[in-house]
Amino acid sequence: MFESFDALTLARLQFAFTVSFHFIFPAFSIGLASYLMVLEALWLKTGHGVYANLYRYWLKIFALTFAMGVVSGIVMSYQFGTNWSVFSDKAGPVIGPLMAYEVLTAFFLEAGFLGVMLFGINKVGPRLHFAATCMVALGTFISAFWILSVNSWMQTPTGYEIAANGQLVPGPSWWTIIFNPSFPYRLTHTVIAAYLTTAMVVGAVAAWHLLKDQSNLGARKMFSMAMWMAALVAPVQVLVGDLHGLNTKEHQPAKVMAMEGHYDSHPEGAPLILFGIPDSAARQVRYALQIPKASSLILEHDANAPLAGLDTIPDDLEPPVGVVFWAFRIMVGMGLAILALGAWSLIARLRGSLYSSRALHRTAWVLGPSGFIAVIAGWITTEVGRQPWVIHGVLPTAQAVAPLDAPAVATSLLAFIVVYFCVFGAGGWYILRLMAKPPQRHETAEPTRGPVRTAGITPAPAVEGERP
Amino acid sequence: MTDLTVVWAAIIVFAIAAYVVMDGFDLGIGILFPQFAVGGERDMAMNSIAPVWDGNETWLVLGGGGLLAAFPLAYAIVLPALYAPLIGMLLGLIFRGVAFEFRWRDPGHRQFWDAAFCVGSLIAAMMQGITLGALLQGIEVEGRAYAGGWWDWLTPFSAMTGVSLIVGYALLGSAWLIWKTTGPVQKHARRLARPLTIAMLIAIAAVSAATPFLEGKYHERWFAWPGVLAAAQMPLLIALSGYILWRALRGHRDWLPFLMTLILFGLSLVGLIISIWPDIVPGRVTIWEAAAPERSQIFMLIGTAVLVPLILAYTFWAYWVFRGKVDEAGYH
Repeated sequence: MFESFDALTLARLQFAFTVSFHFIFPAFSIGLASYLMVLEALWLKTGHGVYANLYRYWLKIFALTFAMGVVSGIVMSYQFGTNWSVFSDKAGPVIGPLMAYEVLTAFFLEAGFLGVMLFGINKVGPRLHFAATCMVALGTFISAFWILSVNSWMQTPTGYEIAANGQLVPGPSWWTIIFNPSFPYRLTHTVIAAYLTTAMVVGAVAAWHLLKDQSNLGARKMFSMAMWMAALVAPVQVLVGDLHGLNTKEHQPAKVMAMEGHYDSHPEGAPLILFGIPDSAARQVRYALQIPKASSLILEHDANAPLAGLDTIPDDLEPPVGVVFWAFRIMVGMGLAILALGAWSLIARLRGSLYSSRALHRTAWVLGPSGFIAVIAGWITTEVGRQPWVIHGVLPTAQAVAPLDAPAVATSLLAFIVVYFCVFGAGGWYILRLMAKPPQRHETAEPTRGPVRTAGITPAPAVEGERP
Repeated sequence: MTDLTVVWAAIIVFAIAAYVVMDGFDLGIGILFPQFAVGGERDMAMNSIAPVWDGNETWLVLGGGGLLAAFPLAYAIVLPALYAPLIGMLLGLIFRGVAFEFRWRDPGHRQFWDAAFCVGSLIAAMMQGITLGALLQGIEVEGRAYAGGWWDWLTPFSAMTGVSLIVGYALLGSAWLIWKTTGPVQKHARRLARPLTIAMLIAIAAVSAATPFLEGKYHERWFAWPGVLAAAQMPLLIALSGYILWRALRGHRDWLPFLMTLILFGLSLVGLIISIWPDIVPGRVTIWEAAAPERSQIFMLIGTAVLVPLILAYTFWAYWVFRGKVDEAGYH
């Protein structure tokens, strides 16, 4: 299947595949952990059973998502060494400690309190249980902090020195390394993206059940919460995304040129290419639909500002334009769709049709996966846009790869593809099945067997047999 | 400078030891899973580890991440050298990890996920053992990189260490069940633990006998002064521990078999350290050659000194919440 690829291409494919698949889970669990925290806080504060029921409803889904996130994440922590050993050797002294801090401050926190969160409610009581939920939510955020710091450092490396043995070693200040120039933007942009991703999923599940039964209290409650999130946070995300883009333009101009499809420099205002087909051989975007001078307006806040194009970048230091160009448009398209849904929901809310507008519910249902698509597309934009570098301006991807034979990597890639699609496919199916059931008045913690322990919230009858 | 490197070597050893102990019994229960009756027995065995397995596995991530941070050169040499067994381990851990959740979510395919739980645990254990064996028998290094082929790891010796670790984990798992369960599951675990104890002692003897002849250095360390001091005590200590374990399996102190199995693991670890110290890639790279610069070491040491005690404290708390025997219904 992969005979024609060399070991480098295979290693890149494998990393792209495993990290993209992995990213789906934290993108959802970061937001979901915070959502669970809010639900439990509201339950503790108001005593309304609907929050407890929603908590238990989403906890089951969280447990599945989290388990898949953990096992696919362990793969990532070893793949730096197995497939990118030269990168690990060279960058280990700088990024290794950041990743070790991720394990120490985030992974243990999540894992240590997850057991109590999932199984401990009647062993520790509601308040301590809430504390455990908070710790898990905090852990997901801290994890995002460290790993995005590492990724940002690879995009905009600062604060390092080059040692005699060729290693990149930390300079006097870790602060400069951790808070490298692109980190604050990337962190904000990514965490908000995770929240919006979760809001879109919650909103779609709620919409699905509202389409069947507008009186379902749980569905109404979560639809309202999800739509508030979309309405209030999506505009913030557009602003943050813009700032992130400006930061990228400053530090990784070639990436922005590829995103914009600007093969040529535009001394008197660059057009904003909405759509078109980038043709790197001809060095032009074919069939371009463009708004004159709009790109300069966005990037320089001046319609006539000159904007450099890829003609100012040596050809061998240019990222693949087509992938970056398209991935960026997909991300922006999804973001605008979420923004529009949020605005629509506000209008519906004002008109009192939030729970009755079938068109709104259908749209929310269709946009359920939009967050995931945006997150993956955004990730592809920034990672492919960094090429040909693995550490921007310092270490080319081609020189970072492990000395492995192509057949070894081809075999492992094939194994990952088969296992991921089967295992995570099954897990996704189980999640969809849980979502297909409406939130119940007496939601149980665990549906499958045994006397269910829900004391401390509302006494729930054991529901037998989960129907597929 | 040198002192910090030794401290970091000790921390990595600690993380690996913590992993082996904690995930060891999880994987052991997975390995023994088909031995237990479908239904109540399996559910109880699973429930005894469901709340803690995730935390246990995190020590493996710390081992990997810590190695990258503290000894990046070793990480960069060892991981490609052990490519196939490590990928195999990761895939095994995927099946094992998701089975915890999936078997409850899909009663129609519970048998399949139970099988995935067992096979995943078995593969992960086998591959970890092979990794250890392959590391001990030596890997080819050129400059700052691995220079061997992608099947070098597979030898009779590494296969033996792979099987040995399966036996060891299975014994840990059965000892854990003796401690944490009652009734038929506990009885069953006691029955399983007896042949496993014998197998474990044979495995320790076989690996110990073979190791000194893998490479000149090992022989020297074990049979020359002062290694011979330890070498002389080891068989005695292991035999004594094995005897106490054997007796404990018939006794009433349900926690004792687990403790004695831990001691056997601990003694094996000490033996391992005597064999390879102060190398990190045995026979090729010392801990000082592979160490990260001092700034990295200090930065991480501050965090480790504060956080690891904290982690141990809340891990202990999580175990404490689920202390005592697992009852029939479990948490699910």
